[in-house]
Amino acid sequence: MRTYVLGLITNRLGSSALTLLIVSFAVFFATAMLPGDTATILLGQAATPEAVAGLRAAMHLDEPALLRFGRWLIGLLQGDLGISYVNNVPVADLIGARFVNTMRLAGIVTLFAVPLSLTLGITAAMFRGSVYDRIVTIMTIGIISVPEFMIATSAVLLFSVYLKWLPALSFASDVTSFWQVMRIYAMPVITLTFVVSAQMIRMTRAAVIDTINTPYVEAAILKGASRWRAVLLHALPNAVGPIANAIALALSYLVGGVIIVETIFNYPGVAKLMVDGVSTRDLPLIQSCAIIFCVGYLSLITFADIVAILANPRVR
Amino acid sequence: MENLVEIRDLRVEATTDAGRRIEIIKGIDLDVAPGEIVALIGESGSGKTTIALTIMGYARPGCRITSGSVTVAGKDMVTLSERQRAHVRGLEVSYVPQSAAAAFNPSKRIIDQVVEVTRIHRLMPIAQAREKAISLFRALSLPNPEEIGNRYPHQVSGGQLQRLAAAMALISDPKLVIFDEPTTALDVTTQIEVLRAFKAVMKKSGIAGVYVSHDLAVVAQIADRIVVLRGGDVQEVGNTADILSDAKHPYTRELLSAFEPKSRGESVVVAAREHAPLLKVNGLIAGYGPVQADGLPLVKAVQEASLSLQRGRNLGIIGESGCGKSTLARSIAGILPASAGQLTLDGRELARSARHRSREQLRELQIVFQHADTSLNPAKTIEEILGRPLKFYHGMKGKVRDARIDALLDMVRLPKTLRSRTPAELSGGQKQRVNFARALAAEPKLIVCDEITSALDTVVAAAVIDLLKEMQRELSLSYIFISHDLSVVEAICDEIVVMYNGRKVEEITPAISKVPQHPYSKLLFSSVPKLDPGWLDRLERDPELVKTYVHG
Amino acid sequence: MTSSTTLPRRVSYRFSWVGMIGFAVILFWAMIALLAPHITPYPVGEIIDEDYFGPMSSKLLLGSDYLGRDMLSRIIMGARYTVGISLAAVCLACFSGAALGMAAAVIGGWFDTLLSRLLDALNSIPSKLSGLVVAAAVGSSLPVLILMLAVIYTPGAYRFARSLAVNVNTMDYITVARTRGEGIPYVVFSEILPNITGPLLADFGIRFVFVVLLLSGLSFLGLGVQPPYADWGALVHENIGGLPFGAPAVIVPSLAIASLTISVNLLIDNLPKKIRDRST
Repeated sequence: MRTYVLGLITNRLGSSALTLLIVSFAVFFATAMLPGDTATILLGQAATPEAVAGLRAAMHLDEPALLRFGRWLIGLLQGDLGISYVNNVPVADLIGARFVNTMRLAGIVTLFAVPLSLTLGITAAMFRGSVYDRIVTIMTIGIISVPEFMIATSAVLLFSVYLKWLPALSFASDVTSFWQVMRIYAMPVITLTFVVSAQMIRMTRAAVIDTINTPYVEAAILKGASRWRAVLLHALPNAVGPIANAIALALSYLVGGVIIVETIFNYPGVAKLMVDGVSTRDLPLIQSCAIIFCVGYLSLITFADIVAILANPRVR
Repeated sequence: MENLVEIRDLRVEATTDAGRRIEIIKGIDLDVAPGEIVALIGESGSGKTTIALTIMGYARPGCRITSGSVTVAGKDMVTLSERQRAHVRGLEVSYVPQSAAAAFNPSKRIIDQVVEVTRIHRLMPIAQAREKAISLFRALSLPNPEEIGNRYPHQVSGGQLQRLAAAMALISDPKLVIFDEPTTALDVTTQIEVLRAFKAVMKKSGIAGVYVSHDLAVVAQIADRIVVLRGGDVQEVGNTADILSDAKHPYTRELLSAFEPKSRGESVVVAAREHAPLLKVNGLIAGYGPVQADGLPLVKAVQEASLSLQRGRNLGIIGESGCGKSTLARSIAGILPASAGQLTLDGRELARSARHRSREQLRELQIVFQHADTSLNPAKTIEEILGRPLKFYHGMKGKVRDARIDALLDMVRLPKTLRSRTPAELSGGQKQRVNFARALAAEPKLIVCDEITSALDTVVAAAVIDLLKEMQRELSLSYIFISHDLSVVEAICDEIVVMYNGRKVEEITPAISKVPQHPYSKLLFSSVPKLDPGWLDRLERDPELVKTYVHG
Repeated sequence: MTSSTTLPRRVSYRFSWVGMIGFAVILFWAMIALLAPHITPYPVGEIIDEDYFGPMSSKLLLGSDYLGRDMLSRIIMGARYTVGISLAAVCLACFSGAALGMAAAVIGGWFDTLLSRLLDALNSIPSKLSGLVVAAAVGSSLPVLILMLAVIYTPGAYRFARSLAVNVNTMDYITVARTRGEGIPYVVFSEILPNITGPLLADFGIRFVFVVLLLSGLSFLGLGVQPPYADWGALVHENIGGLPFGAPAVIVPSLAIASLTISVNLLIDNLPKKIRDRST
């Protein structure tokens, strides 16, 4: 039995690795194969053909695409993210500190969003059809239907413009007190928590409703169990897998949200770096950031699937 | 003596998908005395489960008790609060569901679920509850009573789970147990063991029971009184013996007549022996899973089956779930290509896969499936469904095709007005007739019928069988009839093949000898419940045989 | 015996007022998008207010933008870009996704495995990330935007259509059609498609919302629709400087997007139900 579970997990990890390979291939080719010669972009239209040819050779741009992909991939595996076109610094150095910032933001949001969403999602499912459930559902649909920047701008309007509680669009780098940290993180965290929680509540609710509508929950009620007992002791243990999946999928909305939020609040994270990189067409930087986000997303999904495998008594 | 349960003028309303309210229980009265077992008999949609659940004060989502009273031991379940109802559920009235496999929580150990009732109602210390559970397991003749509770539900068989569900219902010493079709999902040979265990425990403890079933023969073995239901109304109430021998209501008689043994009647062609057989199957092996080194699949569902069918005669294939009978049917039809063996239809060799058979061969051999719901495309009208094979095989168009569709509907005794309907607007029996008419449209020589009456109510099924016989007389068809139901097969087949564990164990020709020789066939034939109330008590089975062949 | 009696035939539609409101708003924006050049009160590019971020007034119903242009006119023209680009992209995505998905479900085998593997992998790239990468590599002209949005949402449409088709494909009536000798085109178009058109249309609506949101997001980052054109997201981007003053120029375009996307969601959740009630 144990080897069977190990087999399932290995299988899942292998499939994730394959997906990652396809994804990095797609990212590499989207950035490197599409029109626009990198050497010409770097040197400008006025550059001599010799200079362009020299640079092409130096950057291995004249080699076959597959070879360059292999070279790039091996570099990536060794932690060599390449050199930024724009300021000639290793991409790894540019990303380093900012990666920590983004992770911190994501971590704080997760800390708020997960307990909040589980509570609201599970209770909404338990009291399906009640006024409470309808309010929760309407609010989540409302938030899901609007762009992230609208949540962010609304938060600014409410907390900075009208209530004047929090600073608006700036990120001070000299942080001295705890309260300052709170004030700085408040707006990005509020925005992202809203975006992520809405998705998470919706998916958790659906997952729990699926398990509540099973004969064994009906059987528990016919044994005289209260609604709480039936849901907490009978439905939830079977919803662990689906809920883990819901959490992972919802957290993946962090990626989209973080891109908007870091830009709008001028937060020094990887996403902001990437958006800036897009305007300067700094391809190695964009490739690296894209891969970082994809790895993050895939790890979440893979982790959730493994939790689901372990939570299933049929394979345990 | 005062009744344990008194239902008076009970009405239950259901909300349809369209949001309309319809009354599904139309003001019924029902009594259950202490220690009495009352059976609720009826076909699908008769409201038997709905009534049984109201005794626990429970209505399924979408349903609502609108009026009437359900008094259980002096308490009216209709007017109690949800909290007060919870105090009756499991404690005074408990429930054994139709599918224990679905009603056991898959992520918890069985013993924890069995003793949960005692924890909810704080009846006894946990250790004592476990001991009581184990003694119940023993009383229900479960194997390995000390250990079986430590397993998860997916680790025990269906028949055992059903008995474990009964243990779960009995652990609180309730006054009444509701059995909701507890043996319907089981094979006949397994059903006997479960029924016996139920009967023994109920008689010994003197607990009252409400037994919901569609099967009169099963109910006859266990119930003191029978309530016949139809369309949410009580048709007839009476003692079991009276109902069986002297039914007053025409509907009850109709139900009973479906049990009368019907002989095959005159065999159409007897002198056909010298002709080459219509279908010949030789050494057929079929199954699932990856192909092994010997070219055969990993799981062999059918192992070296050989049969032969004469024109105008019918072959029945019977066996219990997992015996390979459906796989055999699908291999003959070429849906699941056989891995080995020869198939010959009317003297010409058939390719193993339908994809490699000629259109003419496909036309000559049609298959009809069990579930008309999934066999008819819900997006099409009956006219389109029947028109397609006419165009595809016979190139019929326009008026010729229209006339032929009318003729086909007429043949299967359906009104022409159904032409423009979609399958969802037809009843179960009507759908199965359309399903059969589509096979007739091809003008086949042989129709493989895979459990085509199993999803139908008894009375409707009997009518479909009559139709099949009639078609055979008129169109000189042959059928291969696959079923788990011996009485259905006996009613229509000239030859009966018994399958067990992928192999053909015996071939019986009822016209020559109705007595099976192979021990498994004997066991199978003797396990079919009879309408006689004393049948179960008199039935003797060889324990060795049961051990060998019954895995429930 | 039921075969001689016919059940009453009732076909009716049930409308929900929430769905009707959603439908009305969608229709409203569709008309605006169609008629845009003829109904703008002022030319879109013309500076008509000496004050920038002007408030709502009887002259300028929605105030003025960061250059003093009429916001109402810009919103009306923005509808054209937001609705037009999204619609074109979602049509492409859903058509190719559904075609590939049904083909994969029916053909099965290595064709299905390969295609599913590939498209599922592409589906695991977060959509905004793909948008950024493409914008960096090829820029964001209108055709590129449409194509990019279509490609990003094709894998999702494929996966949905395939799962629907796989379910239908297990039905006995498909087996019946195949043992009759029918070919793949007949099975796909005649047996499968009619049974999944409803869910496919609902998916079309949901995906339309996704596309609108992604397009708006990219434009908000300045990487979507480029000046002189402006969709609603780009309008927010241009006027973000008005946020500290609570100018209508930043708020109104957001509201326009929200009204469209919420309406589509409401309509999908409350589609008129075709009722064929068998029960009497």
